[in-house]
Amino acid sequence: MALRIVVCVKYVPGATGDRRFADDLTVDRDDVDGLLSELDEYAVEQALQIAEARDDAEVTVLTVGPEDAEDALRKALSMGADKAVHVEDDDLHGSDVMGTSLVLAKAIEKTGYDLVIAGMASTDGAAGVVPALLAERLGVPQVTLLSEVSVGDGVVRGRRDGDAATEQLEASLPAVVSVTDQSGEARYPSFMGIMAAKKKPVESLDLDDLDIEAEEVGLEGAWTKVDEAAERPARTAGTVVTDEGAGGKELAEFLAGQKFV
Amino acid sequence: MAEVLVYVDHVDGAVRKPTLELLTLARRIGEPVAVALGAGAADTAAELAEHGATRVLTADAPEFADYLVVPKVDALQAAYEAVQPAAVLVPPPAEGKEIAARLAVRIKSGIITDAVDLEAGEEGPVATQSAFAASYTTKSRITQGTPVITVKPNSAAVEAAPAAGAVEALSVSFSPGATGTKVTARTPRESSGRPELTEAAIVVSAGRGVNGDFAVVEALADSLGAAVGASRAAVDAGWYPHAHQVGQTGKSVSPQLYIASGISGAIQHRAGMQTSKTIVAINKDAEAPIFDLVDYGVVGDLFEVVPQLTEEINTRKG
Repeated sequence: MALRIVVCVKYVPGATGDRRFADDLTVDRDDVDGLLSELDEYAVEQALQIAEARDDAEVTVLTVGPEDAEDALRKALSMGADKAVHVEDDDLHGSDVMGTSLVLAKAIEKTGYDLVIAGMASTDGAAGVVPALLAERLGVPQVTLLSEVSVGDGVVRGRRDGDAATEQLEASLPAVVSVTDQSGEARYPSFMGIMAAKKKPVESLDLDDLDIEAEEVGLEGAWTKVDEAAERPARTAGTVVTDEGAGGKELAEFLAGQKFV
Repeated sequence: MAEVLVYVDHVDGAVRKPTLELLTLARRIGEPVAVALGAGAADTAAELAEHGATRVLTADAPEFADYLVVPKVDALQAAYEAVQPAAVLVPPPAEGKEIAARLAVRIKSGIITDAVDLEAGEEGPVATQSAFAASYTTKSRITQGTPVITVKPNSAAVEAAPAAGAVEALSVSFSPGATGTKVTARTPRESSGRPELTEAAIVVSAGRGVNGDFAVVEALADSLGAAVGASRAAVDAGWYPHAHQVGQTGKSVSPQLYIASGISGAIQHRAGMQTSKTIVAINKDAEAPIFDLVDYGVVGDLFEVVPQLTEEINTRKG
C-alpha cells in the first residue's frame, strides 16, 4: 500500500528582516523578504526520512499563501519532496488560523493523504494550533509535538516531550503529525536537488477548486480582529559597566536596590 | 454576571500557577467557573475557590490519561454546553492551545492564543499579544462565537479572592475520535527542585559563554530561588536539556528578573525573553546585542562576575 505524505509548509517573513504589520494590520508579506519557515524544514525532513525508509511513499508539500510562497515549495522540493500544491487566491489575504486550517484541510483531502506532517508552529504568527485544527477538521488522530517519529504497518508512533512528562504516542493512519525542532536537523538541498526541483510539478489551486466561499476566509472571514498593533517602545538604555574586579558585588547592589535580594 | 470557563492545568490535584493567574484575568470579565479533569480533579477545588472560582466542574475517567487531547476537548465542550459561558480561557502549556483550538472549531468560535493580558471590552474581551519576537504589541478580539483565549504564564498576578468553589460532577460522553491517539507510556519529568522555567519570578540563563559549565549559573539561580534557562547554542551543544531552552523555538519567559550570562542576544533568543521586566546581562563582548536590552549590564568574564555575585547575595541573605 502506498504511503501518501502531505507536508504543510508556510512562507514567512524572515526573522532577521524588519518584520511589521501592514496598514490593514495583517502581517506585511510584501516588503520583507520571505522564506520557508525554519520550523517547517523539520517537517519536510521527517517526511523525507519516513519516505526514504520505504519504496512506496510519495511526499507532497502544500502551502497556502501569496505568489512568492512558491519559494517555500521550491525549497522543500529541492530538499527532496516529490511534488507541490500551492493554494493561492487574493481572497485569502488576512486569513486567521481558522481560515487557513479550513483551506489546508480541503486541499489535503483533495490531494489525498495517509499522513499529514507539519511543523510545531510558524515563525511569524506562531500560534502553534494548525496541526490540532487539521486533525479536528479531517477527523483523524492528532499525534503532535513529536521529537521522534516513525511509521510502520499503518501505525504512526512518536515521542512527545511535554512540560510535565514525556509520552510515547501511537495512532493508526491516516493521522496528522507535527514535529518539533528536536526531531532532527533538516538537510541542506544539494545542487542536484536544486536542479531537479525546477522540473518538479507545482499544482496551483484557488478557492473555487476547493469549494470554499470567499466569505469563509481572508480578513473579512476571520473570526478574530486585530484592532491595534504598536511597535514595542525600545527599552530605555540601562547602565552598562565594565568589570574592574567588583562587578559581581556592584551587580548585587543593583539587584538589592530593585528588591530582588 | 456572565460566567467564564477556566480550564485547569493541574498535576494530580496540584494546580499549576498559570491557572491561578488565569482566574485573576477571568474575574475581570465575569465569574470564573473552573473545569478540572483527570486524577485528582476534585482536589483542586479548595485552591481554585481561594482564587475566585465560583464553581468547579470535575470529571475523571481513564481516557484523560490514556489518550491524547481529544478526551479533554470532549469534556471542555460538555462544560461549555452546560455553562454557556461568555468566554473560555485556557492556560499553557502547549496541550492547552491544542485543546482550545479544537474546542473553538467545534463551537464555531474564534481563538486567540498566547495572550499576555486580558481586559473587558465593549465588544467582548480584548487580548494583548506580543508579535514578531515581542517587537510589536497587538490588541485583538474575537468576532465570531464565544471567545476562546489561551494565555501565557506570568500574564497576571495571582490574587486571593475567596469564592464558593462548589464542586459539581461534569457528565462527559466521549466522541468516537477520543481514543484515536493512545499514550502507550508516560515518564514524568524529573524535578530539578527549582521553579518551573515559564512560571519563575527570576530566570538565570546561560549561553555559549559558559563553555559547558552550568554549575556557576545554577549556584546563582539557587541563591535567588530562580529557574535556570539556556540559549539555543548551549542546548545544541548538549550542555543543558532542551526543556530549559529560552527563545523562538524553546520557552518564552516573562519573569520579573532575567539574568543572561554569556548570551550574545540573537533575535531567536530575544524572542523568548525580551518582555521580562528587568533584564541583566553579563558578557565579555561589550558589543553583544543583549546589552541593547539591559537595565544593567556587566562587561566582564562571567566566571569572575557570577561567582562573586552569588557569594555577595548569599552573604546579604545571611
